Amino acid sequence: MTEFLLILISTVLVNNFVLVKFLGLCPFMGVSRKLETAMGMGLATTFVLTLSSVLSHLAQEYLLAPFGLEYLRTIAFIVLIAAVVNFTEMALRKASPLMHNILGIYLPLITTNCAVLGVALLNVQEDHNLAQAAVYGLGAALGFTLVLVLFAAMRERLVAADVPRPFQGTPIGLVTAGLMALAFMGFAGLVKV
Amino acid sequence: MLTAILVFTVLALVLGALLGYAGQAFRVEGDPLADKIDALLPQTQCGQCGFPGCRPYAEAIAAGEADINRCPPGGEATIKALADLLGVEPKPLDAEVGEEKPKSVAWIDEQVCIGCTLCIQACPVDAILGAPKMMHTILVDECTGCELCVAPCPVDCIHMIPLKVELDQWRWPNPEQRREIAEDAPSVMAGEAKPSALLQAEAPSGSPLPVGPRDDGKAS
Repeated sequence: MTEFLLILISTVLVNNFVLVKFLGLCPFMGVSRKLETAMGMGLATTFVLTLSSVLSHLAQEYLLAPFGLEYLRTIAFIVLIAAVVNFTEMALRKASPLMHNILGIYLPLITTNCAVLGVALLNVQEDHNLAQAAVYGLGAALGFTLVLVLFAAMRERLVAADVPRPFQGTPIGLVTAGLMALAFMGFAGLVKV
Repeated sequence: MLTAILVFTVLALVLGALLGYAGQAFRVEGDPLADKIDALLPQTQCGQCGFPGCRPYAEAIAAGEADINRCPPGGEATIKALADLLGVEPKPLDAEVGEEKPKSVAWIDEQVCIGCTLCIQACPVDAILGAPKMMHTILVDECTGCELCVAPCPVDCIHMIPLKVELDQWRWPNPEQRREIAEDAPSVMAGEAKPSALLQAEAPSGSPLPVGPRDDGKAS
């Protein structure tokens, strides 16, 4: 139990995928203009990441490793992730058309979110078992969601802030993200995994 | 080599079957016509057509309950695009809903504003920033120029300022509207607020402009 808690804290705060490992920066900058979209994107990514983390672990364990096909890992994981994302999009369109409208183009973009592939590959690299892989995926997604929502809240305020002209828009966003990354460095050493 | 091909074939078949099943199970009975109409409307959410927003108006047109000439912000270009889509004759803008005006944004005279928040409640796109008894201001980038905030203001401090199209805000029109402009040069001269003069120089009337499929933001 402690082990899972440690993995969770480690992925959410200490080794945050966005601010420490710098994965998944595209949706981080792209979907953080509004708080609602950020939350929706966070939810969708959480679902996809956890599911794809488990599935890629299963594929690695029962499909790639027994046949000695580890060298095809990346391509197999990408296929899996694409399928999961597609499935999520269909399910979401049925379950909540409004959410589907809000997320729009960003949902298919999860396919190319490098955090998703990164989690799948890191699972293999760190030799996680199935439960650990699931918790690792969930933690990575929760960390992503946390940072995305925090950042979106700040960007909503940035719109009204008096920003010097050369910094308006994305530049001040990147500066803010850098400052957030600095703040997250404070968690370093909290958990040793 | 052979195992690799076999394993990946199995993987692809399983995933394909799953997605095929999902496609059947989660089929959505949408109204594609309403979607297309909604895409042509200007999304000002102004309600001048008598419906609470662009989407309800689009649904009403699709259901045949509303006419296509009730959108003043869209003006002649929108009516013509809608007529093309629905295969009916374009008609002039219904005078009872208002007249076509150049695109403008609201502006608050901050000396006069008393901070009553009435305009904030009226704004359909949340483009007004302010708090009770504090001066309000308008986010120009968000304002659609729907004029809904003008009427509630008790001190008449909101003015509509026509938006001049400068180089840094100018955008290519939608593919459908570009075809429109290329085919129908005279109507271009009428709509002065649109950056049609610029387009005119680049696209002589008669030459077919590339008309791509409309990207509605939903990749399959």
